[in-house]
Parts: sequence; structure tokens; C-alpha cells
Amino acid sequence: MKLVTAIIKPFKLDEVKQALEAIGVHGMTVSEASGYGRQRGHTEVYRGAEYTVDLVPKVRIEVLIEADDADRVLDAIVAAAQTGRIGDGKVWCQPVDTVVRVRTGERGVDAL
Amino acid sequence: MDVPEINTGDTAWVLAASAMVLLMTPGLAFFYGGMTRSKSTLNMMMMSFVTIGIVSVIWVIYGFSLAFGVGDSGWFGSFDLSGLGSSVNSLTFNGTPYPIPLLSFAAFQLMFAVITPALISGAIADRARFVSWCIFVAVWVSLVYFPVAHWVFDFGNADGKGAGWLAAAGVEDFAGGTAVHINAGAAGLALAIVLGRRVGFRKDPMRPHNLSLVLVGAGLLWFGWFGFNAGSALGANGLAALAFMNTQVATAGAVGGWLLVERVRDKHATSLGAASGAVAGLVAITPACAFVAPWAAVVIGFLAGALCATAVGLKYKLNYDDSLDVVGVHLVGGLVGCLAIGFFGTKAVNAAGKDGVFYKGGLELLGIQAKGAFSVLAFSFVVTLIIGFAIEKTIGFRISKDAELEGIDVSEHAESAYELDGVTGSGFGGGLAIATGKMTRNDSVEGSA
Repeated sequence: MKLVTAIIKPFKLDEVKQALEAIGVHGMTVSEASGYGRQRGHTEVYRGAEYTVDLVPKVRIEVLIEADDADRVLDAIVAAAQTGRIGDGKVWCQPVDTVVRVRTGERGVDAL
Repeated sequence: MDVPEINTGDTAWVLAASAMVLLMTPGLAFFYGGMTRSKSTLNMMMMSFVTIGIVSVIWVIYGFSLAFGVGDSGWFGSFDLSGLGSSVNSLTFNGTPYPIPLLSFAAFQLMFAVITPALISGAIADRARFVSWCIFVAVWVSLVYFPVAHWVFDFGNADGKGAGWLAAAGVEDFAGGTAVHINAGAAGLALAIVLGRRVGFRKDPMRPHNLSLVLVGAGLLWFGWFGFNAGSALGANGLAALAFMNTQVATAGAVGGWLLVERVRDKHATSLGAASGAVAGLVAITPACAFVAPWAAVVIGFLAGALCATAVGLKYKLNYDDSLDVVGVHLVGGLVGCLAIGFFGTKAVNAAGKDGVFYKGGLELLGIQAKGAFSVLAFSFVVTLIIGFAIEKTIGFRISKDAELEGIDVSEHAESAYELDGVTGSGFGGGLAIATGKMTRNDSVEGSA
């Protein structure tokens, strides 16, 4: 099993969600995040005082999947989240030992 | 005993105007509260709100009397109206008779006494002990505001006996450019010096946390200011209409002036700039509103907006932490308005006024205005420094560094302005644990009673 984590632009969440549903991934965890990469932040001005705002708002998506699906899922996320401009985000994939469904106690792939 | 002849129209207007001026203090709380960081917004708003409580009580006991009581002195009133019991059923007399109850005049002037110390609080955001602030307000209105209000607003009896020394000198200040704004601005500078800079000043981001709140506050101030300025005519008459119109158009000009400076200097016209420009214009037209023509009011407003937009950057150069720019807006705006009368003042709009530089009146009026403005500035600055240091050396004026970093709302008031976070919010475990603890404490108190 794998855990895929994607940091994307907030307004791309809906498209990524639809893309994942289309390839059979049902369920995800979404959280608000902030950070910066090459995009850096932006500048704001209050009564003439400039503030550099480094951390920009992002959305973090986490999905648990079967190991074989990893490439398909990564491709789907990238295709849906891409605008081609700086600040599109990152996606990564890491191995997972165990998954347990809390309601039933099922373990492993059955719990996905 | 003669039954006084009350003019109902005048009285109705002064009463309504008083309520409008009261609304300015909660409006100011919004204006200031939105400009602080979210961890100190309640304290900021409380510093304004509590002045309503403190000053109103003192006003009845001796405040109104000290400012407007009948006496011989040009420096302060007397104690003969203490308690306001003897004011019931009296008419107002201030240089000339006004057909309105003395209590309506006392109520109207009270609202000025309330908002003036509240204005100061913007200079010491995020870091003042609440109890020290409350004591400061009580002492400051007694030693600074009531005397200065007497100097400027009390025109004495029919032959001018007992008039304030600035009023007697012919200083033109219709609604409080000196007594309210220069006074509060100078006091704000003094307190910013007494309390020192906030932790992280010029290093950490101190962005306004809610600009919508700032705009709501500016709107309420603008609305209430019609009561402030037009109400100062103490009647529903032509002078009130002049002050009303000048208030509107000067403020509009100031929004334009401030935004223009921002657009040229910073490349963006900001909502905080629009709100600040409005207040700067309102401040500047306050002393001038019944002495200048409406076209001149637009010019005064525009100048005030542009100058104040420039002046708010001074604190970074001079390194004092006037957190919400009480100096840059109220002191500078007040000076602009008071001195502008020396140029734009004209008998054509107000027979009781004088002609300024632009109306062939020469420099005389400008000189008188400067005397008024700088006398109040110097007195307020020095006495506020003394009061501030006295509080600092005795009970302390500033919260601890840890409390300041954590946020003054929690340390001084045990409250948070916003509960938006999912994990600590009331629907989740973190909030529930706290609520349970509180209930247990309440139960034990009940049990022991």
C-alpha cells in the first residue's frame, strides 16, 4: 500500500477530486496548508508599510491506495492540478505498513 | 420662578447628535480593533468601550463642572455643578444663551470627553495592562481633558467672564480640533514613548487582521461625526447645515488625497487607506467646519488626507511605536484643520468668525490658531508623560513579554475574539475539556454558598 500526498493550489481541489473519482479512488483526506517553494509569496502594503507574505495558502490531499495504482494516481493528480505556472505544488508517494478501518477492524488492502 | 423657554427643534437635534457622537466610540473600537492582530483585538476594543463607563461616571461627579462650571478662571471651571442635580431645568448659557436644556449640552459634551481618551488607546495597542489603562483614563480626563475643554469650549458668561483662555483669545475650534484631536494625538505620542515599542516592532509582521471591521468602524465614525460637528452648533440652524455639508465634502476630499498618495507611492490604493483617509478628513474639518466655505472644506480634506498618508510613515523613521497612528492621523490632521482656518476662515459664512489669509485678513487669525494648537499640544504631551511615567513607576503600565507574545486578549481578559479553529473549537475535544473544567468550578462555588 502507498500513501500519496499532494500539495496543490486550492482552486484545483475540485478537478483533482473528480479525476481521482474517475479512476476509482473513493475517499481522500483534505486539509488546508500553507507554505512556499519557488513561487515564494507576495507583498502587501498597510499604510505604506510593506509586508512580504512568504507563506501562500495551499491544499493538502492525502489518499491511501494499492501499490500497483501509484503511477496512475500520481498521473491523474498531476494532470488535473497542472496550470503550467510556478506554484502548482508537489505530489509524493511513500510506502505504508498497515491500514485499519476503524469501524470494522479490517486490515490491509481490505481497509482501503 | 420663570419657566425656561425651550426650543424643541434645537433640543431634539442636540439630543440626537449626542447619541450619534456616543456611537463613534464603539465605531472607533471597530476601526482600531480590526487594525490589530487577532490575538489582541478584544483588548483594543475594550480600551475604547471602557472609557464610556469610566468617563460618564466621572462626568456626573465633577467632570462637566470642572470643564463648564461657572467660575472666574480661564484654566478650569468650578465644582458648582458637581452631581448635575442643580442643572435640571436650567437652560444652556455658553457666551450666549441657547434655548436647549443644560443637561442636553452636558450630555453632548460628555460624548466628546468619552471618545477623546479612547482615541489615545490606538498608540499603545497590544501591550497595556487593562487596570493601568482604566486608571490612566480617569486621571487623564481629570488633569488634561476637562481643563483643555474649558480652555477651548467655555465662552463664559455674557461679558466673557469665566471663559477659557483660548476661547477668550479668539481661537476658532468649532468641534474640537484642539481639545479632542491634537489633545489625543499628543497624548498618544507621550504614551507610546512611556510604554515603549512592542516586541518585534519593525521586525515581525503586524498586519491588520480584519479590514472589513476597519471599514465598518470608519463608516460608523463618519456617520457619528455629523453629530460631532453639526451638533456643535447647539441648534438646528444654518450653522449646523454648514458644518454638516463641510463634514461630508472634506471627508470625501481626504479619501481622495490619501488614496492618491498611496497609488503614486505604493502602486496600490488600499481599503485601509480609504478608511484612514476618511478619518483624517473628519479630524481636519472638525475645528474648521463652521468657519470655512464648502469648497475650502474639500481642499482642507484633500490636504489632510495627503499629509496624514505621508505622516504615518514617520514612526518607522523616528522609531516610536504609535501602533495605530494616532499621531499620524489625529495630531497631524488636527494641526492641518486648526491652521487651515488661518487661511480659509471667512466671515462670509460665519459672522462670528474672522477672515483668514485668503480673505485679506492677514496673519492675525493664523497666529491665534497656532497659539491654540501648540498650547494644547505642549500641555497634553507634558502632562500625559508625567501621568504615564507615574503609573509605569508605581503599578506598571505594560504586560509581560510572554503575555504580549501569547496575546493580550487571553492574558488580560481570559477571552479570544475568534473561535474558528476546528481542533480547539467548541465542537471538538479541546473546547469540551475546558468547558467541563469550568462547570466543575461553578458547581463547587454553588455547593459552598
